[in-house]
Amino acid sequence: MPSAIPQQTSMPDPVLRVEDMVMEFRLGKREVVHAVSGVSFDIYPGETLGLVGESGCGKSSTARAVMQLPAPTSGKVILNGVDLAALNGSQLRRQRKQFQMIFQDPISSLNPRRKVSDIVEMPLVVMGEGTPEERKARVREVLEAVGLDPETSLDRRPFQFSGGQCQRISIARALVSEPSMLICDEPVSALDVSIQAQIINLLLDMKERYHLTMLFISHDLSVVKVVCDRVAVMYMGRICELADSDTLYRQPAHPYTAALLSAIPEADPGRPPQPIAMKEGELPSAINPPSGCRFNSRCPKAQDLCTQVVPPLEEIAPGHTLACHFPLTGD
Amino acid sequence: MRVENLHTHFMTARGLVRAVDGVSFTLKQGVTLGLVGESGCGKTILCRTLMGLLPASAKISERARILFNGQDLRALGEKQLRAIRGRDMAMIFQDPMTSLNPVMKVGAQISETLIHHLGMTKAEAHDRGVELLRAVGISAPERRIDQYPHQLSGGIRQRVAIAIALACEPKLLIADEPTTALDVTVQSGILDLLREQQRERNMSMILITHDLGVVAGRTDEIAVMYAGKMVERSSTKDLFGNTRMPYTQALMESIPHLDHPTHARLRTISGQPPNLIYPPPGCRFAPRCTRAEERCREEEPVLASEVGSEHAFACWRPVGVPVAETAA
Ligand SMILES: Nc1ncnc2c1ncn2[C@@H]1O[C@H](COP(=O)(O)OP(=O)(O)OP(=O)(O)O)[C@@H](O)[C@H]1O
Ligand SMILES: Nc1ncnc2c1ncn2[C@@H]1O[C@H](COP(=O)(O)OP(=O)(O)O)[C@@H](O)[C@H]1O
Ligand code: SF4
Ligand code: SF4
Ligand SMILES: [Mg+2]
Ligand SMILES: [Mg+2]
Repeated sequence: MPSAIPQQTSMPDPVLRVEDMVMEFRLGKREVVHAVSGVSFDIYPGETLGLVGESGCGKSSTARAVMQLPAPTSGKVILNGVDLAALNGSQLRRQRKQFQMIFQDPISSLNPRRKVSDIVEMPLVVMGEGTPEERKARVREVLEAVGLDPETSLDRRPFQFSGGQCQRISIARALVSEPSMLICDEPVSALDVSIQAQIINLLLDMKERYHLTMLFISHDLSVVKVVCDRVAVMYMGRICELADSDTLYRQPAHPYTAALLSAIPEADPGRPPQPIAMKEGELPSAINPPSGCRFNSRCPKAQDLCTQVVPPLEEIAPGHTLACHFPLTGD
Repeated sequence: MRVENLHTHFMTARGLVRAVDGVSFTLKQGVTLGLVGESGCGKTILCRTLMGLLPASAKISERARILFNGQDLRALGEKQLRAIRGRDMAMIFQDPMTSLNPVMKVGAQISETLIHHLGMTKAEAHDRGVELLRAVGISAPERRIDQYPHQLSGGIRQRVAIAIALACEPKLLIADEPTTALDVTVQSGILDLLREQQRERNMSMILITHDLGVVAGRTDEIAVMYAGKMVERSSTKDLFGNTRMPYTQALMESIPHLDHPTHARLRTISGQPPNLIYPPPGCRFAPRCTRAEERCREEEPVLASEVGSEHAFACWRPVGVPVAETAA
């Protein structure tokens, strides 16, 4: 058992532990979308875990299942030692201040009819936190922290702000209850390049200032590299590789990770990308996922075994887990 | 293609939106021009103006000239324009479904273009369609031709849209963010295909993107737009190697690179792009520019190159010049 290894005792307990989480959606009578098919990971205090993968691979479904919006089909989501999936409505509401989320589309995730003051205060009202005065003071404090001037912004409504400012408002709303866990689902994908850098820096600042533990979802591996300590790569509802950022970017062992990394366009005309050829072919469907390794229909290294046996997620080096029958050796 | 003094404005309830505000440029045969800039800076509207595909609320300035193969497109009627569009000039969009018909088989859509513009027979068009699909890297084209767009992945759909755009051997191809809606893993394949076809057919191409990484390895020249204006224009190599416009430089520095250390802060550009109804006076980048001085806020810099150079920029205090020299 891993618990017998002595160094484990010095490891702090994870803030979030996700165990064999499954998220399925019913489509009509017979069809089922296998959005997340048995995902497990831990996030330790003060750490940021990145979750990357192509669109539709189940990143947002994972985030929403962790948030219990809705709860996963099966599996455990343990936050600070409490299994969220086992809680009833009012118990869950009491836990909510511990975990908050920000979304990709900054404008539509804010209620257009409400003033910024109400939007940011709302989580505290719902949770019954503090007196009205205490809440107002806290709202001003977080607005300042995210770089908005409370004087000019409190009485305005979201449509009067730019996309980047709306994302600042979302961040303020998420931080107002002093959560220990912040989940960011593509928080900068809808923003302009110049604004994206501002928001990334803000998230890094907030993480330090409020000692946040984060799950950071993005399809952009360069952004993830800046923000995350460890990175999980997801393909069609499963994690295929998880390692600390340096290892993953320097020496990917999963063919899919390698393909993702090699495809990143770098702003350097002397270094055109040399993507690893991946079969485009038929788009595998989350309704009918390929048998065995789900990546087999596009994998340049696939062999017969890959279509028959699901590769288990195994630790190949300390802190580096991988699900592949024929890993890259890195030369 | 030559464009002179182009302004495209929109009348809106809030005021006149100056989407494209005084753009001039020349694009030579066989050259790929990357058009970069942040959202809303006017890239799409500029290209839609060239294609004659503007919404009715748009107004093009009287003095503007859009010359294509020596012909002034502004002097042509809608019927003549339509003949040029799709035959001599073609455009592909961010979302391939914009140019595809969802209820028509792929083959029929390609044939339609070939029959309409080139007067092919049905059988000829069918065979040419298969050839085109093969040319854009689609495997088993005989089978694909009988499929509907919704049966194809995003990457294959974009390849079909490219096949249609190439069907009549256009002289100019405009690709507006052709890979923004696609996953990174299919992006590079599409971009390589466009570059390869452009070279093979000696077409001119305008590749629009907000991503400097996308254009870096795949264009001959780059034009950077900011707030409706072209602010820097040069060969791709020079733009990266010898950046002159502070905005271009700031944009490059704010992009996270793979070798950026984890948790290190990124360089940022403060503030946000200006409102196109009331753009700031002088240089439009001045409110965000770290090099801005008095003159920048009063006088507008024009896009020009130094003697003996083809590298044009619109800036009073360009990067790479000691402060004392520019103060003169
Ligand atoms: N139909 C319209 N009516 C009014 N304004 C418009 C219209 N279409 C575009 N605009 C405005 O014109 C400006 C330029 O728009 P354009 O679509 O060319 O930007 P872009 O550079 O292509 O941006 P993106 O990167 O987001 O595609 C923007 O300020 C936009 O809001
Ligand atoms: N509410 C839903 N009903 C049915 N299918 C869904 C729903 N939400 C997500 N899916 C499907 O689940 C899969 C994973 O989606 P998602 O988690 O949104 O992916 P990502 O965030 O990685 O792009 C996709 O196939 C998607 O279409
Ligand atoms: S298990 Fe097989 S198909 Fe899957 S990634 Fe590894 S080599 Fe490729
Ligand atoms: S003209 Fe002035 S404000 Fe504009 S980019 Fe150059 S230095 Fe900056
Ligand atoms: Mg998503
Ligand atoms: Mg556009």
